[in-house]
Amino acid sequence: MTALRLHRLRKIYDNGFEALKGIDLEVAEGDFFALLGPNGAGKSTTIGIVTSLVKKTSGKVEICGYDLDRQWEQAKRCVGLVPQEINFNQFEKVGQIVLNQAGYYGVPRRVARRRMERVLKQLELWDRRDQVSRRLSGGMKRRLMIARALVHSPRLLILDEPTAGVDIEIRHSMWDFLRELNRQGTTIILTTHYLEEAEQLCRNVAIIDHGEIIEATSMSRLLDQLEFNSYFLDLRRETRVVPDVPGYRIEVLDRTTWAVAVPRRLGLNPLFQALDERGIEIVDIRQRRNRLEQLFLQRVGRPMGEAA
Amino acid sequence: MGRRWIAYRTLAGKEIHRFLRIWPQTLLPPLVTTSLYFLIFGALMGPRIGPMAGFSYIDYIVPGIVLMAVINHSYANVVSSFFSAKFQRHIEEMLVAPMPNWVILAGYLTGGILRGMTIGALVLTVATLFTDLRPTNPLLALAIALMTSLLFALAGFINAIFANSFDDISIIPNFVLTPLVYLGGVFYSVQLLPEPWHRLSLANPILYMVNAFRYGFLGVADVDIEVAFLLVGGLIVVLSLWAWWLLRRGVGIKH
Ligand SMILES: Nc1ncnc2c1ncn2[C@@H]1O[C@H](COP(=O)(O)OP(=O)(O)OP(=O)(O)O)[C@@H](O)[C@H]1O
Ligand SMILES: [Mg+2]
Repeated sequence: MTALRLHRLRKIYDNGFEALKGIDLEVAEGDFFALLGPNGAGKSTTIGIVTSLVKKTSGKVEICGYDLDRQWEQAKRCVGLVPQEINFNQFEKVGQIVLNQAGYYGVPRRVARRRMERVLKQLELWDRRDQVSRRLSGGMKRRLMIARALVHSPRLLILDEPTAGVDIEIRHSMWDFLRELNRQGTTIILTTHYLEEAEQLCRNVAIIDHGEIIEATSMSRLLDQLEFNSYFLDLRRETRVVPDVPGYRIEVLDRTTWAVAVPRRLGLNPLFQALDERGIEIVDIRQRRNRLEQLFLQRVGRPMGEAA
Repeated sequence: MGRRWIAYRTLAGKEIHRFLRIWPQTLLPPLVTTSLYFLIFGALMGPRIGPMAGFSYIDYIVPGIVLMAVINHSYANVVSSFFSAKFQRHIEEMLVAPMPNWVILAGYLTGGILRGMTIGALVLTVATLFTDLRPTNPLLALAIALMTSLLFALAGFINAIFANSFDDISIIPNFVLTPLVYLGGVFYSVQLLPEPWHRLSLANPILYMVNAFRYGFLGVADVDIEVAFLLVGGLIVVLSLWAWWLLRRGVGIKH
């Protein structure tokens, strides 16, 4: 069973810009799926079409086996959306926002009240249920959008950068929450700029760039493709002559900082040995690029988030 | 209970709750303005103006003023509520849900009609302080008031769909609606007007609604009542189809 199937999905905006160039994508039921891509790649456009906020130009969308054009009521009932930007009524109370959303999905009032209580408790917002939503903190607003998306118990939850602007601690508790939700059977698709997030959470991944899917595979296979890891090395003393260590690429950034590309097949030991033999002392080592960023660079030939 | 019915009730309930919650902005001002009309035109100047179509001036203007309130507030409720749903983007809560477009439309119209009719009833109550006017045909008056309310709720909805800024939702009420209402025979019988003003007035649809409503109270009108009902009914059909089509195309709400 597939939770989501996109077939040759195309979007040309009114200004003539082609944001999606006919993408194909399949997400299995029960999956935890990442849609990765730099700014403007077409992630929100894709999600917008799947959730009926954006009109497609052509192509087909199937949600939980239902065609979004022909069986739109069943299809829509399967999905919950956590949008990229805050979109609830800022003057309405937290509990009311969740209850209204349940009502729009046709959940009877009595059931809706129970579910509202459950999701607000799960997302630690129950104490705030009578507060006007405008007065929540940024992290609480994000959580409110998750609560709202879950109140009709969707089989597929789609989150468009859910942890943007959320501090580390809350981000981790949101991750735990999403993992548990997925474990209990909800299919989850998320887009994110925190690539670590995709690594931490997702089993499968698609990389989208300039409106095209350039890779769709499992997270582990994707990481296996990684040829290099990149690090910063902090040196104890200024070192003018850059040693030639076979297999490694060393780049001088300033007097005491080097950047080095380390082939995965070699690892770090030979490098440290060679530097040690030359009397070069390393005081610190830091990861330069997240592994997925490195991967993006490798596949696309430019860093994520940079224009082609 | 059907899902669509639940969705409709949720939206309509939210709309009603909204105008009740902000009653100092929604219910109070029309009471103040219309009381002033009754006081100035009815009680203070009315006796000097003398009878109109055989009725005391205040009795003549009460129905028009009530309907004017119904028109303005049915329109205002929908245009401002739907526009702010668009502007703050919480319209998206409905667009993602399995709500047919006509349910969304019906929910907003219900809010507009209830606000318009509530204010109409309140204004009529205030009028009883100034006159003991009783409708001769209350059903007819109620029917035309409801239809007029629906028509202007629809018009407000369409205005909100096309609006891109808060300016856009005040242009039509200020520059189209207000002049048409004031020139629609609220304060005078158009029979008194010389040509071409009399004929021009007959091209104003609001004239028909005001007169039909007044007919429900006084039994006199400057126009044919059947024409008035046909006109309002026809306009309702046209605007309903237009609003539904705009929603379906996602005009102003979907990229
Ligand atoms: N309404 C619109 N009209 C014209 N172009 C648009 C519109 N919305 C988005 N675009 C363009 O479509 C492209 C894809 O945008 P989209 O929002 O889908 O990207 P994204 O991958 O979600 O980016 P981000 O990571 O910044 O959220 C961008 O180039 C954007 O400028
Ligand atoms: Mg986006």
